[in-house]
Amino acid sequence: MARIQLRDIAHSYRPDPNRPEDYALRPLDLVWEDGGAYALLGPSGSGKSTLLNILSGLVRPSSGQLLFDGVEVTDRNTRERNIAQVFQFPVIYDTMTVFGNLAFPLRNRGVPRGVIRERVEKVAAILDLSNELGRRASGLTADAKQRISMGRGLVRTDVAAILFDEPLTVIDPALKWQLRRKLKQIHNELKVTLIYVTHDQTEALTFADHVVVMENGEVLQQGSPQELFEHPAHVFVGDFIGSPGMNLLPCILQDHVALVGGQPVTLSAHALDAHPNGALILGIRPEFIELADPGEAAQVTVTVTDIEPLGGHQLIRGRLGEHEIAIKALPEILVQIGETLPVWLPHAWIRLYSDGRLVN
Amino acid sequence: MKPIKQSAWLLVLPVMVVLSFSAIIPLMTVVNYSVQDILGPSRHVFVGSEWFSDTLQDPELQKALLRQLVFSSCVLLIEIPLGLSLALVMPTRGAASSAALVLLGLPLLIPWNVVGTIWQIFGRADVGLGGYFMNSILHINYNYALNPRDAWCTLLLLDVWHWTPLVVLLCYAGLRSIPDAFYQAAAVDGASSWAVFRHVQLPKLRGVLTIAILLRFMDSFVIYTEPFVLTGGGPGDSTTFLSEFLTKLAIGQFDVGPAAAFSLIYFLIILLFSWLFYTVLSAQGRAEGPV
Repeated sequence: MARIQLRDIAHSYRPDPNRPEDYALRPLDLVWEDGGAYALLGPSGSGKSTLLNILSGLVRPSSGQLLFDGVEVTDRNTRERNIAQVFQFPVIYDTMTVFGNLAFPLRNRGVPRGVIRERVEKVAAILDLSNELGRRASGLTADAKQRISMGRGLVRTDVAAILFDEPLTVIDPALKWQLRRKLKQIHNELKVTLIYVTHDQTEALTFADHVVVMENGEVLQQGSPQELFEHPAHVFVGDFIGSPGMNLLPCILQDHVALVGGQPVTLSAHALDAHPNGALILGIRPEFIELADPGEAAQVTVTVTDIEPLGGHQLIRGRLGEHEIAIKALPEILVQIGETLPVWLPHAWIRLYSDGRLVN
Repeated sequence: MKPIKQSAWLLVLPVMVVLSFSAIIPLMTVVNYSVQDILGPSRHVFVGSEWFSDTLQDPELQKALLRQLVFSSCVLLIEIPLGLSLALVMPTRGAASSAALVLLGLPLLIPWNVVGTIWQIFGRADVGLGGYFMNSILHINYNYALNPRDAWCTLLLLDVWHWTPLVVLLCYAGLRSIPDAFYQAAAVDGASSWAVFRHVQLPKLRGVLTIAILLRFMDSFVIYTEPFVLTGGGPGDSTTFLSEFLTKLAIGQFDVGPAAAFSLIYFLIILLFSWLFYTVLSAQGRAEGPV
């Protein structure tokens, strides 16, 4: 187990990168503490798998240094790094039994037989594979195979980290929950550093203590699920996380108010100091918009265009001036399509973005 | 129960007709010859299994069969491991891989009799590059027309040169179809290159290796043109294999009866070996899981 440090790591698959777009992974500095559960979240092609392969040594970064516990490992190959990796599709050695599969990483490293048996049995118990140890691995279901793949990572006591590359893609939804819980439980029991790549925000937010959001080869934000939700550092993070994502409304700052679709929205004094005037993006989560009580003075008015009843809440879609806006409201509030709805945008939850990046 | 439509037979008819002319009728003719003594265009006597017992006891044929078995074993023992090794070390991307594929493909495009002629000239001590090199530069007395050992070596070398590329191409295709994740997982698991070969590559190649072994066995077991062109079965009868023997029997001596009986035995031997290879290899596969 190790503290993982990335110093100015960048990678390009092109031989002569010069523009930022040439990089699959733009220069980045990160530190991952020993024993943490991290998720790399981003859409396809965001560079998260490249980053993962750099950690495991399958890809050598174009520049920068990678340190495990302060020791540089950039030039070491996968075998020497003591990293375990679980791939998107289950990889099993189908000529071996389940026991053989789990024992394979230890046998390759010349671990004594007694120790192998003990470790394999322990890991099999954690992964519910104890009854399958004597079976051929090839005949098992996809999720059992994926548990074996995970088991090969867990069986070694000396791994620096276990990397997961979208490991639940081939698993059906009901089992996904079970396996994710299993992973969480393994993390709590074994305290091993887990790094989990996914494009599914639910998976990332439920699994990890820290989520790293990536897009276009760039790390946009790193933080706890709550931080990402409440303080998105970038419009992409605001939009990508949450369902639906953050409302992003173009606005103009003028005389201590933000004009959104022609309607004035009051901001905190702090926000105004930073950017007294100019065009910005105002972001607010659908969850934080409040409907004004009848008769109460409202800030802005929204014309309702659609209502989606979603059980625990309803999602009201409407227009604020020329911009679309989504509001999450309690199901008992009666709203009709076409109605003009008075709403409050609480200034504590308003985020302002310039050039995509958070400014307040 | 649905009424059975007899008209369905009509649909099978075209296949039956084609099969009759291409396989069943010729085979039945052979069966017919094998149990009769043809004395003249309209005189023939039924002899039962006499030809079969005669042929099986023929010492010449037994020697030819033994030679054939040794030759096919040598071919398999050399070409399969060699082809597999070459496929493993072949470049996998870029111009080098295309060049290697084209170079390997070339021998496969050359017809059997031309291959025989090429090697016949190549091995000659006076005008052939190979023969000249052996005799005049290495000073090894090499002459495939006089020395049975030299004839065998030349013939084996010829077959290896002609057909190993087939094994290479099959294995190469098999290797390319293994997903990268298997190699990456093996690297993560700390597998040595031997362990990767034993536990990843070899199991995934079982299918193509089965095909390669079957093809090379059947082909080498019926080899005819190359020894016919290169040595004509000699020196003596040292390179007279079963096909050559059979042809002499049927066409040279016009012993149609024994030749037909032996053809059937020959056919059964090939069928038996192919079935054995296939069953053993796929049983191994079942024990180890799907390919």
